[in-house]
Amino acid sequence: MNLLAQAAPAGQGLLNWADFGYLIGAVCFILALKLMNSPITARKGNWISAVGMVFALGVTFIYPTLTGDPLIMGLKPLNMALMLGAFAVGIIGGAWPGRKIAMTNMPQMVALLNGLGGGSVALVSLYEFVDASNRGETPPPVQAIATVLSVIIGTMSFSGSLIAFGKLQELLPGRPFLFKGQKAVNAIIALAIVVLALMILVGGQGASVLLFSILIVCAFALGILGVIPIGGADMPVVISLLNSFTGVSAGFAGFVLMNTALLIGGGLVGASGLILTLLMCTAMNRTLANVLFAGVGVLVESSGPSAFAGRTPKSYSPEDVAILLSNAEKVVIVPGYGMAVAQAQHQVKEMADKLAQMGIDVKYAVHPVAGRMPGHMNVLLAEADVPYEQLYELEQINPLFSETDVVLVLGANDVVNPAARYDKSSPIYGMPILDVDKAKTVVVSKRGMGVGFAGVDNELFVYDNTVMCFGSAKGTVQKITQALEKY
Amino acid sequence: MNDTLLLILVVTIFILAIFVGLEVIAKVPATLHTPLMSATNAIHGVIVVGGFLILARAEALPMYIIGTLAVLFGTLNVVGGYVVTDRMLEMFKTKKRSITK
Repeated sequence: MNLLAQAAPAGQGLLNWADFGYLIGAVCFILALKLMNSPITARKGNWISAVGMVFALGVTFIYPTLTGDPLIMGLKPLNMALMLGAFAVGIIGGAWPGRKIAMTNMPQMVALLNGLGGGSVALVSLYEFVDASNRGETPPPVQAIATVLSVIIGTMSFSGSLIAFGKLQELLPGRPFLFKGQKAVNAIIALAIVVLALMILVGGQGASVLLFSILIVCAFALGILGVIPIGGADMPVVISLLNSFTGVSAGFAGFVLMNTALLIGGGLVGASGLILTLLMCTAMNRTLANVLFAGVGVLVESSGPSAFAGRTPKSYSPEDVAILLSNAEKVVIVPGYGMAVAQAQHQVKEMADKLAQMGIDVKYAVHPVAGRMPGHMNVLLAEADVPYEQLYELEQINPLFSETDVVLVLGANDVVNPAARYDKSSPIYGMPILDVDKAKTVVVSKRGMGVGFAGVDNELFVYDNTVMCFGSAKGTVQKITQALEKY
Repeated sequence: MNDTLLLILVVTIFILAIFVGLEVIAKVPATLHTPLMSATNAIHGVIVVGGFLILARAEALPMYIIGTLAVLFGTLNVVGGYVVTDRMLEMFKTKKRSITK
């Protein structure tokens, strides 16, 4: 029995000279990931990866089919037209928004693209299943298992990514969505998926397309239910994990089609995506399980004594803050999630320029997980043309806070919570924070007294050297800049 | 090539690819986490290859639809992924201090 003939009746063979083209593609991908470890070579790495992709796609057209002719020779006009049409629409539909989209909206764009990838994998596996079923064939066990796994993981990635996109685009509430018995419901669906998968695999030729469709529906539901209990601020980790999922499912699709490009590309992304997810969790001092299942970010009724201990925060108007800033010599700006959401980076740059004109030394303190994704804040500030010399990382800026006159915290919360240094009961204990409380005066610009995504009160707000300035980061910064004109 | 050998071969390729994936991401600075996620996101768009292969042998209407959507979704993933990643990394080009560090 020929495995190939069963796997791909009218299609492709396995391992011939054309696989050498896939090898070139794979080498490009690996080289690209290696180069992406450093900011100097990262951009070049991405280009090399793109070249590898062109190779992989191009080789597919000249891939010999079982008849021995290249794939492109045997193509019927309709198939060719659909293929090129979908490809062209995909190029325009991917490149145009990709160029136009605002930097602040990048995270949801990545989520959406990842979801489409997952959807593509699920469709490929669905095709293979229906195709085999139509021919009344039973695929060999490995391919059957791979088909089922890739459709489950790909579909979950598709629906989960769409939810992540919805949360980041604020089409859905960013807060964790929790309901009673949620975990039980998820467990039941997961169990149903396992049972259905086994029925399909054991059923062999008898396995119906209906069962397979129910399997897809269940996986779709599990993807949604798995992501909605997670808070908006944790979405980067979720997207990274779903990215890894899509990679793994593409790898399984490689078994289905016996295609080395999919095997290698999928395996690479599945593994590196997982490592990247864990790195992100480490940067937040959280475990992956905590991110996925703890429902962090839900508003909790504070148990035990409040961090505020009866003290009330002092509230300043933007004009008061302007006076404070105009009398300072050294100012540090701490941009956070709130500033990214308000898209206030250009206003912040304007204010910083004004301060610099007044002879005030301005620095930016960028926490590793500031913004909506790790490293996202650097990208946002770079977009607003903030000079790179003014950006300081956590280790560089912390020793400098004690000689700073005014720290302006813009929509950051957990990353400046002093409780992370000493309060072992705090969910953020041990997370490296910016020691802004060491400065003479701390101005916190926030929309209200609400908690950050970790759901804990921040005692910094009631410190003697802290003043609050309520309002959205954008409005507050604009008002401060206007008020500064007077000085 | 007999079936068992073939199976061993593809499993070997997959497992080795996973190991390379685990090793190739080492100490990435936090600033690169987002671009790197986006770059790997583009790479799994290689599923377009699968989309091409299935659409090439589609013969009935439902199969045409499934195949066309697979190619469309995959292409959006690939092209959007590379464009977005490049735009993020474009931001790093003038940053001299990060280069000397």
